[in-house]
Amino acid sequence: MAQKIETERLNAYFGAVHAVKDVDLGIPENKITAIIGPSGCGKSTLIRCFNRMHEVVHGARVTGKVMLDGKNIYDADMDPVLVRTKVGMVFQKPNPFPTMSIYDNVAAGLRLNGVKDWNRLDKTVEKSLKLAALWDEVKHQLDASGVSISGGQQQRLCIARALAVEPEALLLDEPCSALDPIATAKIEDLLFDLKNSYTIVIVTHNMQQAARIADYTAFMYMGELIEFGVTKTIFEAPDKELTEKYITGRFG
Amino acid sequence: MSPRKAYESELAELDGLVAEMARKTSEGIEIAVKSFEELDLEQVDKVKRIDEELYSLNMEIEKRCLDVIALQSPVAKDLRAIGTYLKVITDFDRIGRYARDIAEVTAHAHAMAHFKPLVSIPHMAEMAERMVALSVKAFLERDTTLTKEVFELEDKVDSLYDEIFREVITYMMEDSKKIGLGINYTLVARYLERIADHACNISERVIYMVTGQRVIKE
Repeated sequence: MAQKIETERLNAYFGAVHAVKDVDLGIPENKITAIIGPSGCGKSTLIRCFNRMHEVVHGARVTGKVMLDGKNIYDADMDPVLVRTKVGMVFQKPNPFPTMSIYDNVAAGLRLNGVKDWNRLDKTVEKSLKLAALWDEVKHQLDASGVSISGGQQQRLCIARALAVEPEALLLDEPCSALDPIATAKIEDLLFDLKNSYTIVIVTHNMQQAARIADYTAFMYMGELIEFGVTKTIFEAPDKELTEKYITGRFG
Repeated sequence: MSPRKAYESELAELDGLVAEMARKTSEGIEIAVKSFEELDLEQVDKVKRIDEELYSLNMEIEKRCLDVIALQSPVAKDLRAIGTYLKVITDFDRIGRYARDIAEVTAHAHAMAHFKPLVSIPHMAEMAERMVALSVKAFLERDTTLTKEVFELEDKVDSLYDEIFREVITYMMEDSKKIGLGINYTLVARYLERIADHACNISERVIYMVTGQRVIKE
C-alpha cells in the first residue's frame, strides 16, 4: 500500500522535554489513520510534525525525517507554508476567524495565496463547503459571521477552510471532542467520504470513534509508537499488552 | 489497580456464571450417560433439573453480555471473551439438552434390559464426556493445549457412531423385538455425536478467546 506520509526516526522536543521518540510510522494514502494514547503521550505533537506546525512553538525542534510522497518536508529547500498547504490541519476547538464571514473564512487561504478572481473564489468556497457537508446549511447566510453558527457547523467550516487550498492530507486533532453526538456523527460521515480523495490522520481520545472510522490505528505511549495496525486487529486482538491495557481501560 | 472497577467486577461475575454453566454441563452429561448405562430412573430427574438450570443460566448470561456490550463497549480480550461467552453458552445449553434427551431415552427404556452388554456406547460416551470435560477445562483455565485432544477424539467419536449405527441395524434386522431398544441405542449414539460436535465448537471458541485466532476444525 502506498504511504502518503512516512516518518523515519522522528523525534520532537519542547526545549528539554522529549515529546516524540524515534517514531517510524507510515500513513497509508487515502485511508483514515487514528492516533490514540493517553494525554501527554505525544500524539498531537506527532501530527504537528507532519506539517511543520511543531516548530512554530518557541523552543520546539524536530530531528529525523517526515517524508511526504517520498520527499522530506524538513529538507532545507522545503517551504513550510507550502507543506501546510499540502497537509491541512483542523484543531480540537473550532476556530473560525471570528471577524470574518463564513465565505471569507473559507476563502482566506486562497486570498493569502494571492487569488483575487471572484469567480474562482466563489467556486472554491461552494466546492469546499459542499465537501465539508455544510453548503446546504449555510448557503443562504454566507455573509454571516463564522462564529454565528453552531459548534459542529463551525468545525465543518474549519474543515472547509482547510480543504479550500486543496491539500493532499488532512490532520485532525480531536476534531469532535467539543461536539455533541449528532455533530460528531456528521464529522465522522464527512471524513468517511473525504478519505476517497484525501489521506486523513485523526488524533482522538474517543476509542469508539477510532474504531468506527479509522482504517488503521496507531497507539502511542510516553512519546513512543507502541503499536500500529489495521483498526479491527488493534481493537479485537492487539499484539502488545500495553495496547490491550489502554484500549480496555486498564491503565491505572 | 484498574480504573474501571465496576466493569472489572461485572466481567468477573460474568466469567463466574459461564464457569458455573460449564461445570453443570459436564455434570449433566456424566449423570445422563450413567442413567442410560444402568437404566436408572432415579438419575433422570437430576439431569432434567440440570437442563433447566442450564437454560436459566443461558438466559442470564446472554442478558448480562448484552448489557456489557451496550454499556461498556468491550474491546480486545474483553470483546473476545464476551463473544465467546455468547457462543459457548449455546453449546453448553445444547449439550445439556442432549443430556436430557439421553435421560429421557432411559425413562423410555428402563423397563427393558439391554440386549447385550453395552460396549461401544459407553466407550463413545466416555469419549464425548472427556471432550466436554477437556473443553470446559480449556475454557476455565484458558488453556488451548487441551483442545488438541478434543479435536482428535471427535474423529474417533464420528467413526464409532457409524459403527454403532451399523451394528444396531444388524441386531434389529435379526430380531424385530430388538427394534425398540435398538432405536434408542442409535438415538443415544446420535446425541453423543452431537455433544462431541458442541465440545469441538467450545474448543474452537476457547482458542479464539485466548489467541484471537479463528480455528475451524475440518
